[in-house]
Amino acid sequence: MTTVATKPPAQAARPARRKRPKGGGLGRYILVRFLLIIPTIFILVSMVFWLMRTTGDPITAALGGRLSADQLAERIHAAGYDRPVIVQYFEYLGQVFTGNFGTTISTNRPVSEILTTYGAATAELAFYALIVAFMVGIPLGMLAAYLRDKATDATLRIFAILCYATPVFFSGLLFKLVFSVWFKVLPVSGRANTSSELQLQLLPDPTGIYTIDALRTGNPEVIGDVLAHAVLPALALGLLTAGVFLRLVRTNVIGTLGTDYVDAARSRGVNEFRLVSKHAYRPALIPIITVIGLQIALLLGGAVLTETTFEWKGLGFMLIEFIKARDFVAVQGIVALLAVIVAVSNFIVDIIAALIDPRVRY
Amino acid sequence: MTAVATPPKPQQKPKQKKSLFSRLPIVHQLRQSVGLQRGMLVAGLIITALFILTAIFAPILAPFGYSQLRGDEGAFGAQQPPGGQHLLGTTVGGYDVLSRVIWGSQTAIFVIVVAVALSIVAGVLLGLVSGYFGGWLDRILVVICDAVYAFPSLLLAIVMSIVISGGKSDLVGGVFAAAISITVVFIPQYFRVIRAETVRIKAEAYVESARVLGASNSRIMFRHVLRNATRTLPLIFTLNASEAILTLAGLGFIGFGIEPTAAAEWGYDLNKALADVSSGIWWTALFPGLAIVLVVLGITLVGESLNDLADPRLRGRRAAGEESGEIAETSVVPGGTLEAGPGGLVGLEYQRNDIRDTAENDSTENRTEDRL
Repeated sequence: MTTVATKPPAQAARPARRKRPKGGGLGRYILVRFLLIIPTIFILVSMVFWLMRTTGDPITAALGGRLSADQLAERIHAAGYDRPVIVQYFEYLGQVFTGNFGTTISTNRPVSEILTTYGAATAELAFYALIVAFMVGIPLGMLAAYLRDKATDATLRIFAILCYATPVFFSGLLFKLVFSVWFKVLPVSGRANTSSELQLQLLPDPTGIYTIDALRTGNPEVIGDVLAHAVLPALALGLLTAGVFLRLVRTNVIGTLGTDYVDAARSRGVNEFRLVSKHAYRPALIPIITVIGLQIALLLGGAVLTETTFEWKGLGFMLIEFIKARDFVAVQGIVALLAVIVAVSNFIVDIIAALIDPRVRY
Repeated sequence: MTAVATPPKPQQKPKQKKSLFSRLPIVHQLRQSVGLQRGMLVAGLIITALFILTAIFAPILAPFGYSQLRGDEGAFGAQQPPGGQHLLGTTVGGYDVLSRVIWGSQTAIFVIVVAVALSIVAGVLLGLVSGYFGGWLDRILVVICDAVYAFPSLLLAIVMSIVISGGKSDLVGGVFAAAISITVVFIPQYFRVIRAETVRIKAEAYVESARVLGASNSRIMFRHVLRNATRTLPLIFTLNASEAILTLAGLGFIGFGIEPTAAAEWGYDLNKALADVSSGIWWTALFPGLAIVLVVLGITLVGESLNDLADPRLRGRRAAGEESGEIAETSVVPGGTLEAGPGGLVGLEYQRNDIRDTAENDSTENRTEDRL
């Protein structure tokens, strides 16, 4: 059964990729997948809206107790929260559609501005974390699969489970304790120290992604400082995902290592390293890529916790700040944006999987 | 009705050669496993058992109450280093760390049980109805569950706990708020698995025969389909139990925790320890964190082992050999025939696809069907 299941990709994948251009398969598949994003986003945005609204109107939640009843009513009326909820719902949907997520109550800034400012920080963190996860998870996963059931495999599997079992905030705290407090080699928290932060802000139209901005200043001190700040958060968040990657690569490579074409390659004298990294690993990539797409959600959830641990001022950090301030307009905006990111990244992953494996676009 | 019920029974009897004990989910796998795999399973089971025992005997084990601030000799004092009266020191709030770690296991287990029980009931029911009847209800439920599943679970739990408790929590309310928040996250997982199984089993001959015999929909659903669709539940259960602890700790860490006077919760303690770490106070963070890691590790080890044992490709080779010996029924090994599941070996194949990652989407399932 296993051989039947896994054989076709190796034989079919390469010719199919070249011959396929005319086929309606891929085009139609992409279109269908794309259209499927819309209900997903719609459902998530609606869900968040209705759930948040069951707690009452955002203004009472944020300012209740601090303003008199009359003032509250006035603010509620001005913001339109005294209209029927269903009207507000459709208005909100329309606004989201045009990229308008409302105005925060606590800081009175447009939510979309907050999303772009702090989104860059989260993207930067997620990028570094993914690099850590790939660099740790994939080679170790292949090694574990190759040395299956040996001591190395057992150690690596325990390591993978430990990566998953350790909450990011706990590993973050430990890293901080060891590297920042005891050995004092890396900064405790934040994205840059005050002087580099100042230099970065003086840049014309900053990207918000500190690594890029730091490179633009051309000042090696600033670059080093920004990178040093990113090490611990990226490590904490990256290791969480690395554990998942390791398990995933291991399982799938074990599957492909048992196939006939790997045996055939071995009998032709292909060296063992190439055997694992090319012959077994490449066909195993498809399920790996599909699941990596689903890890985006884990990564974003982890980012919220990592950012809080390291005071990394990204979307997750702000989300918690807004929750503390009971500013539910902002919370709703951030959560909706994250939902959109997850939906879109799942779409991209589906497309990549389809490009690699023609069987996907049935 | 009774006529329908009687025929299958005599057929089932020869299968019941194995004792009930050896067919219990974990015991069966324990016997099936060998070497390293058995080691991991046993280690996981021991840790999990310790965790459960700690939770049960927390009142005896813990030297102090979880919200106790003063003993016989006056107040405990804040951030006392480990040693003396307080083996693991005291927190910034002046609680005894050891006591809170021990009491925390009780909170964790309570949340797991409530969350997983609620989500199993809801997820299984929805999945069964959705898969069995199909149609527009099925499509809508699938789209909704996919959307919810794709969502970062922690964010969903945050939103839910805002809804349930407004972000503040008291004694039982806080625990339930956390449990229900986690439930919402898990329902789609049970839904997907049960639905996929239901869709498959619905096409089996015995379901059709039951229908021909005039069995009602509910009877077919609960007696014929559900009983055969629950194979994967212990596995998802263990995976979810560990995720429930992490979600609870995550909620606690970002401030949706249960108040220290209501119950001990590890995530809350870690949140309070965040500031301590910068000043080199390690004991307030280390011990609750280790408790989380250890419990999740234990439960995950059990879940991983179950997963591997259910997967013929990953099961230890010797064990696989024993199983195949059983197929031929030539071996003297007691234990009867290979129980590959309702679909025979095909069932195993499906199971592998279902389990390898419960997240696998419908397109891959369809592909498997095409290939088979």
